[in-house]
Amino acid sequence: MSGKRIGSTLTVETLARVEGEGALRLRLEGGAVASVQLHIYEPPRFFEALLRGRRFDEAPDVTARICGICPVAYQMSAVHALESAFGVRVDGPIRELRRLLYCGEWIESHALHVYLLHAPDFLGYESAIHMAADHADLVQRGLRLKKIGNRVMTALAGREIHPINVRVGGFYRVPAASELAPLAEELKWARDAALETVRWVSGFPFPDFDRDYELVALRHPSEYPLCEGRIASSKGLDVAVSEYEEAFAEEHVPHSNALHSILRGRGAYHVGPLARFALNFDRLPSVAREAAREAGLGPGCRNPFRSIVVRAVETVFACEEALRIVSSYEPPDRPFADVEPRAAVGCGASEAPRGILYHRYRIGAGGLIEEAKIVPPTAQNLKTIENDLWQLVPRHLDLPREELALRCEQAIRNYDPCISCATHFLRLEVEE
Amino acid sequence: MPRAPSPRRNGRKPRLAVFKLASCDGCQLTLLDCEDELLAIAGRVEVAYFPEASRAMRRGPYDIALVEGSVTTPHDAERILGIRKSAGILVSLGACATAGGIQALRNFADVGAYVSAVYATPEYVTTLAQSTPVAQHVRVDFELRGCPIAKDQLLELLTALLAGRRPALPTGSVCQECKRRGAVCVMVARGTPCLGPVTQAGCGALCPAFDRGCFGCFGPMESPNAASLGARWEALGVARADVARAFRTFNAGAPAFRAASEAYEREADR
Repeated sequence: MSGKRIGSTLTVETLARVEGEGALRLRLEGGAVASVQLHIYEPPRFFEALLRGRRFDEAPDVTARICGICPVAYQMSAVHALESAFGVRVDGPIRELRRLLYCGEWIESHALHVYLLHAPDFLGYESAIHMAADHADLVQRGLRLKKIGNRVMTALAGREIHPINVRVGGFYRVPAASELAPLAEELKWARDAALETVRWVSGFPFPDFDRDYELVALRHPSEYPLCEGRIASSKGLDVAVSEYEEAFAEEHVPHSNALHSILRGRGAYHVGPLARFALNFDRLPSVAREAAREAGLGPGCRNPFRSIVVRAVETVFACEEALRIVSSYEPPDRPFADVEPRAAVGCGASEAPRGILYHRYRIGAGGLIEEAKIVPPTAQNLKTIENDLWQLVPRHLDLPREELALRCEQAIRNYDPCISCATHFLRLEVEE
Repeated sequence: MPRAPSPRRNGRKPRLAVFKLASCDGCQLTLLDCEDELLAIAGRVEVAYFPEASRAMRRGPYDIALVEGSVTTPHDAERILGIRKSAGILVSLGACATAGGIQALRNFADVGAYVSAVYATPEYVTTLAQSTPVAQHVRVDFELRGCPIAKDQLLELLTALLAGRRPALPTGSVCQECKRRGAVCVMVARGTPCLGPVTQAGCGALCPAFDRGCFGCFGPMESPNAASLGARWEALGVARADVARAFRTFNAGAPAFRAASEAYEREADR
């Protein structure tokens, strides 16, 4: 959308190519930035309230409806939180199938963002549809890659948006090995396409914009993290998921109309692909590590504009991991572990495509949810996004306002923000 | 029948707009999930307004407006009036736009309590007491059900509108799709509670094919007998409070499901 100059205020009325509805307000005074506000006008839907009184086993399907782009993330964080409450441990093939489902979502979501939402910024198009007029083959490759992610989710869980096969303890029905086998050929193509994607996007022009973030992601002893691990940071944080709320808080910032997540005593932090990659580079399969190195990308990358390259590298990982699971899969004896609800509290965190997604539930004796807390990744990144803009804008004050607006939008899109997710939990406040 | 978008009359492509109210983005994502058809669709229409996909945001009028989400704020109640004025054909997409969505659970509660439960400073949150479907505010030409909508129904709708004909959308139950699919009835064979007999077709009977009872994503079919199904569930040992909750999910605001959930809630209290 065009940037309008109203006095000394630059306003991007509707942020495009993000999930959900938001706007950006910049106030400039005497050639300096006076305020940066990511204004969120997406209406709240009160999930934490409406979950109260629902039965525990409804949480995966209800919370999936927070986000049509990353429903598997909500389902996975929910089932892990509830299983931890009830002392259930899911392992073996069911655990593998969960990773496979999550890989499908990563492939779909990353391909969507890299090809349809973010690449047009670097190549100067309004959308991928406009881009297709000149680069039909590239857009087609992205769409096919995205489709294969969706195919994985559909084969395993019925459909790609709000899958129907996830339950606390496992799945309603698990596939026969022969049902997953046809995915292998497609995933091989997808892995090659993802490698091509890394080469393609690594050639984009990136501004020199390294930032000293505290990067936060799950870290697992042996795997690139999806559903399990401790919460670690690039500056020494290392806590269990159950300690999340002791380590992180939400606070009101005077220049903003939304509360932002902070690390207690330390401030803003950064979740998502860049953080996962930096903290878990050694957990990537060699094919993904080599692709990253070839793209000039190492675990020290702190340039958010390069997140598009990291997303491409993570897509290589997701294809490789999905291929590994599909090739070695043997069905479990039963599709799910039995779950006995009891009065308990449980937390879960998983790595949504956009970063850590935290759930906590308090369950009553009858199995009904008494309290729910959900912290989506975009709410955790909002403060960092605004901080990026504080740094970026002064460098470009000489640009025509239209171009400055585009730069700002691009910087916001670095985070693949999901405003639909974030809003349902943001404590909106009006600055008087 | 609303007027067709007449794709060729003025020598221009029909103008398509996609709007979002309170929702999860999933129904509009369904359009981007038409990976094989997306570029063909984009070749047949001018994508004039679709913020999730494009920075190009052209003013109306539009020939076809797809609206995702329910009305939950005074701002959106105003906005939908403007969208209606700008649109030749207005289509509601999905459970939020056609029934109020999962956020319509507030309709059965005190919205003030909801706001205080989630927000630290309730007085700053502007929201309506009810989450309502688009058709409660403006005339709607077509509705696609589902949470989310079905891709094949979206393609049928767009194809039909571009051809100037009425889209063929099912009004029967999930049971009919289940039988066509050759799936075993989970309720008869296994005693699994299933909303299939009262839920509108459209998903292809996904849940029974995955050994799960239907949970009502597509809302009530044309002539649902919810009381009879509820009695069957009770015979299977489902508590009345659980029956009430089963009718009260993504399509809780649809009249037939609303009536059923309220009846079972009253009975559960006895």
